[in-house]
Amino acid sequence: MAKTIEGLYYSESHEWVRVEGEYGYVGITDHAQQAMGNIVYVDMPEEGDEVEKDSDFGAVESVKAASDLIAPISGEVVEVNEALADAPELINKDAYENWIIKVKLSDASELEDLMNAEDYAAFCENEH
Amino acid sequence: MEENLKKTCLYDKHVALGAKMSPFAGFMMPIEYSSIIDEHTAVRTTVGMFDVSHMGEIFVSGPDAERFVNHIFTNDVKGLEAGKVLYGMMLYPDGGVVDDLLVYRMTAENTWLLVVNASNIDKDVEWICGQTEGFDVKIDNASERWGQIALQGPKAEEIAERVLDMELSDLAFYTFKEITWYDAPLIASRTGYTGEDGFEFYAAPEVIVRLWDILLTDAHVKPCGLGCRDTLRFEAGLPLYGHELSPEISPIESGLGMFVKMDKEEFIGKEAVLKQKTEGTTKKVVGIELKEKAIPRAGYEVIADGRTVGVVTTGYHTISTDRSVCTALVEKAYSALDTEVEIKIRKKLFKAVVCKKRFYDKKYKK
Repeated sequence: MAKTIEGLYYSESHEWVRVEGEYGYVGITDHAQQAMGNIVYVDMPEEGDEVEKDSDFGAVESVKAASDLIAPISGEVVEVNEALADAPELINKDAYENWIIKVKLSDASELEDLMNAEDYAAFCENEH
Repeated sequence: MEENLKKTCLYDKHVALGAKMSPFAGFMMPIEYSSIIDEHTAVRTTVGMFDVSHMGEIFVSGPDAERFVNHIFTNDVKGLEAGKVLYGMMLYPDGGVVDDLLVYRMTAENTWLLVVNASNIDKDVEWICGQTEGFDVKIDNASERWGQIALQGPKAEEIAERVLDMELSDLAFYTFKEITWYDAPLIASRTGYTGEDGFEFYAAPEVIVRLWDILLTDAHVKPCGLGCRDTLRFEAGLPLYGHELSPEISPIESGLGMFVKMDKEEFIGKEAVLKQKTEGTTKKVVGIELKEKAIPRAGYEVIADGRTVGVVTTGYHTISTDRSVCTALVEKAYSALDTEVEIKIRKKLFKAVVCKKRFYDKKYKK
């Protein structure tokens, strides 16, 4: 069973956001990493790039295929997780520990469109 | 949609092993059991076992069988001895590929076995039956009466001989034997689709289930899904129908001319491929290596001189050799080794260079 964590915000395209003050850390969910299998490459934006809610900002690639990363929130990328450049498989080890980008939130109200852990778990259940 | 998917005789085994199942060629097939990387590595270093029962088995028999097979097949089967296997294609008159397949010369008189891609079974049977005029042959699509297991990897021979109690070391690459195993007929063939030594076993579904169970009792035998079957065949430079061969990509364009015997008197498509061979083709399937870490995927564009000059047919970050590489169908002018091109991945262009399309040296039994 895929894991969820209380307190995170989840999108229908299987990204999560962890809010710390005016910043949001964004990654992909455990459900997403399980579905993808071995992750071998993460195509990340650069610091200073703007991401826009519901637009793609990069991709996570498994052995088999590329999956677009869709921004769950808008804002400026203030940091990317450089560790993933050399070790993309960290996402397979722990999808919630290994965030992909840190964003300065431009509109915190966007978080209201996202799901909580319980709703996201139910959403994944219904997807099958 | 899902209810129309077929199951192989090993479906329940895959589910019990917790495989990730997915539709492929009309069948629910295992994509991976543990992980593609683990399974790929097992085949390269020890041994892996694949359910390939979805593949098609078509028997051709009758007084004109040899002449008929030679009419529809690009390789030359004339005088082929029982126990030998040949790889080749069936072509349309324009040189496009109906399918690529293995042809087995069986011991039974005038009997041949054609092993075809699962996705093409219906199309192939229709095509083959449509070519029989003037030939005294019988076509029998036995695909549902035969299952198939591929055991692949450097330890395949040792483990299969010990666990299955079969003598296999006498088989050379691309030969097979018809044996009786647990009172049932079984074909043991030294062939495969991974670039490693190994065997493909054909038998009735209930025999295949027994073979699977017995092989799994050996701790070294790792069940492997179709995910790593593709990464393995790709690294070894082996084509996949629909990617490197298709109605639009001829064997000449794909660099597989050695399986097309122009000295044969005739075969369907000969005129077209002979023309391609003598006059040259406008396109060619090549290998391309990216200079940066990004992954080319099927369908991505190959760019040079500011325009699209080709398309990626298969691409991976290779597991055995840690390179971002692909095969691509490109215009002839950009097909020479070391030609600089770019590949468009999402919104960015990545520098790349044309290279050999064999990314891993095959380790077949001599």
